[in-house]
Amino acid sequence: MKKLTSTFLLTSILAVAANSVSADTLDSVKSKGYVQCGVSTGLPGFSNADASGNWKGLDVDVCRAVAAAALGDADKVKYTPLTAKERFTALQSGEIDILSRNTTWTLTRDGSLGLNFAGVNYYDGQGFMVSKDLGVKSALELDGAAVCIQAGTTTELNLADYFRENGMKYKSVTYDTSDATIKGFEAGRCDMLSSDQSQLYSLRIKLKNPEGAIVLPEVISKEPLGPVVRQGDDKWFNIVKWSLMAMVNAEELGINSGNVSSMKNSDNPSIGRFMTGQGEKLGVRDDWAYNITKQVGNYGESFERNVGMSSPLKISRGLNALWSKGGLQYAPPIR
Amino acid sequence: MSDHDSELKPSKPAIWNDPKYRALFFQIVLVLALGYFITTIVNNTLTNMESRGISTGFAFLSEPAGFGILQSLIEFDESHTYGRTFFVGLLNTMLVAGLGIFLATILGFIMGVARLSRNWVVAKVATFYIEIFRNIPLLLQIFFWYFAVLGALPSVRQSMSLGAGVEFNNRGLYLPAPVPENGFAIVGWLFLAGIIASILLARWANKRQESTGQQFPVFFSSLGMIFGLPLLVFFVMGSPLSWDYPMLKGFNFQGGISIIPELLALLLALTIYTGTFIAETVRAGINAVSHGQTEAAMALGLNRSKTMRLIIIPQAMRVIIPPLTSQYLNLAKNSSLATAVGYPDIVAVFMGTTLNQTGQAVEITMMTMGVYLTISLVISMFMNWFNKRMALVER
Repeated sequence: MKKLTSTFLLTSILAVAANSVSADTLDSVKSKGYVQCGVSTGLPGFSNADASGNWKGLDVDVCRAVAAAALGDADKVKYTPLTAKERFTALQSGEIDILSRNTTWTLTRDGSLGLNFAGVNYYDGQGFMVSKDLGVKSALELDGAAVCIQAGTTTELNLADYFRENGMKYKSVTYDTSDATIKGFEAGRCDMLSSDQSQLYSLRIKLKNPEGAIVLPEVISKEPLGPVVRQGDDKWFNIVKWSLMAMVNAEELGINSGNVSSMKNSDNPSIGRFMTGQGEKLGVRDDWAYNITKQVGNYGESFERNVGMSSPLKISRGLNALWSKGGLQYAPPIR
Repeated sequence: MSDHDSELKPSKPAIWNDPKYRALFFQIVLVLALGYFITTIVNNTLTNMESRGISTGFAFLSEPAGFGILQSLIEFDESHTYGRTFFVGLLNTMLVAGLGIFLATILGFIMGVARLSRNWVVAKVATFYIEIFRNIPLLLQIFFWYFAVLGALPSVRQSMSLGAGVEFNNRGLYLPAPVPENGFAIVGWLFLAGIIASILLARWANKRQESTGQQFPVFFSSLGMIFGLPLLVFFVMGSPLSWDYPMLKGFNFQGGISIIPELLALLLALTIYTGTFIAETVRAGINAVSHGQTEAAMALGLNRSKTMRLIIIPQAMRVIIPPLTSQYLNLAKNSSLATAVGYPDIVAVFMGTTLNQTGQAVEITMMTMGVYLTISLVISMFMNWFNKRMALVER
């Protein structure tokens, strides 16, 4: 019996020691057969489960693109809904392979959390939503207001900066989930709700009477949102980065999910490189970019489908248009 | 004879066969193994964090926090440090736990005694209260008070006035704040002096009763000294106290004392939930005192209330205090559910926002666990001391 106990103790010590070797994410994804993706707890247009439990949204499409590139099948994704507070710990601890959850890219997060941002899939900025009855036209009239915000976000910091800069006072009512913030706003616990503008539009359609609330024109911060991976695994970082780039490049080259098959034998050398896009350099299949476009679509398609004019959110492309059309979406070439 | 002696004496066993040394050996091995296990885990964590580029250490505590907190007992704004957010959260936790323990004790004692009442209505009301609130999960109760009761109050613009400047709406409870003016300090000092004098009086009266058997109306004379005299002086000096009434200015009430609905909801839920357990503890304690004690007291001619106060309760306390300690510990730890409704306690502020802004999960989680451990141990120590004082002194 004693022998058994000590053997057990020794093995458990060895198991702990062995754990310190950092794992190769691509290998582990391939061996388990799916990508574990961290998403929000429900933000229509970005990551939200529909009535039958399928996750949809702009952020979800990034995960699907990564699965298409790494495994050849965009459906091989499992989702972990996370609050803003939980998200980084989940990624650091290896519970998820990629975090695609409207997360703002900042220096602190890049530098001290042990994370890498793989790009920007949505350029956003923080704004305010108020009830129409308040009769407020500008955020500068909001001195002394109570503000509903979500805990653990850059929103909390920008809000403090903005009110300080303008010599105004505020009370922050901090909730754990974005659902709770919109509930608090609706119940009148606070005068306004502050968050990234895209989220405001997305939360507004959750209100019983969306027409009763307006989004103020002020944008008080830069919020580049993008997918995040752990530091120290450059191979996986590259795959996530280029999955996103492939979607933008596809839109630039005029390739979409409808015409990708017929364009496979195009004479255009750029399109040729895209179709057999040197997958071995990334460590994935050669037709990775084709798979992404075929199964998920290009960036423009994803945008229109989830948050654009053909969605309930009706957000215009604005900053998120291609660079060639006056926006900021620009991808390095695939060559 | 001496030959026999040496034969009977057991020969000294070899050191590895001596049960004393054997036990010691295995204990040392266990401690070493445990020590190795712990250092491996710590080293492993540090190495992993280092290789993944996660910052470690406590330097973050002196960096500016840059976010606001809804309720703070000490001065706090965005420019203060992360270290200060720790204390803001800690004080908020202690506030809700302290108030909760105080109120739950009162409610629990009243309901526990009421359940044993001979009055049918009183006993049934207590039974219903206990059986309903003891059997519903605490988190649901917090949500109930926050969203269903306090959330349904009128908005700030249609605030309910409860008279005397008290306002109640879905942003909280607003009370007028007393503003002392010239000379009010004298009233305060008189009040303190009254309390000290009452304690001395009670001691003197006790001694006198023990030696002579004569009683002294301690209660009423104390009442006079603590409240009567200061009030008299207060009015003689022309009421040197004014009130700062809460006023609707802009979006919210300004001035006065405001109690946020998050605190109210949490306090109500914790008090009412823990009160049920304390009530049952009190009932068990009273039932544990044998009926013979009551009969003996009656035979001595003590009336019902004196029997309860002098005979039953002191003996019941010995049974009540140990489980009461557990209830206090539960309440203090349950206060961490605050984060569900956004009350800025240490879990919501420090382990929530601060952790997320700095990303230093290991340090912050350790500190927070240390806080709850310390609070619990302090409550335990105090209750153990109290228990010793109340324990039966055998003569």
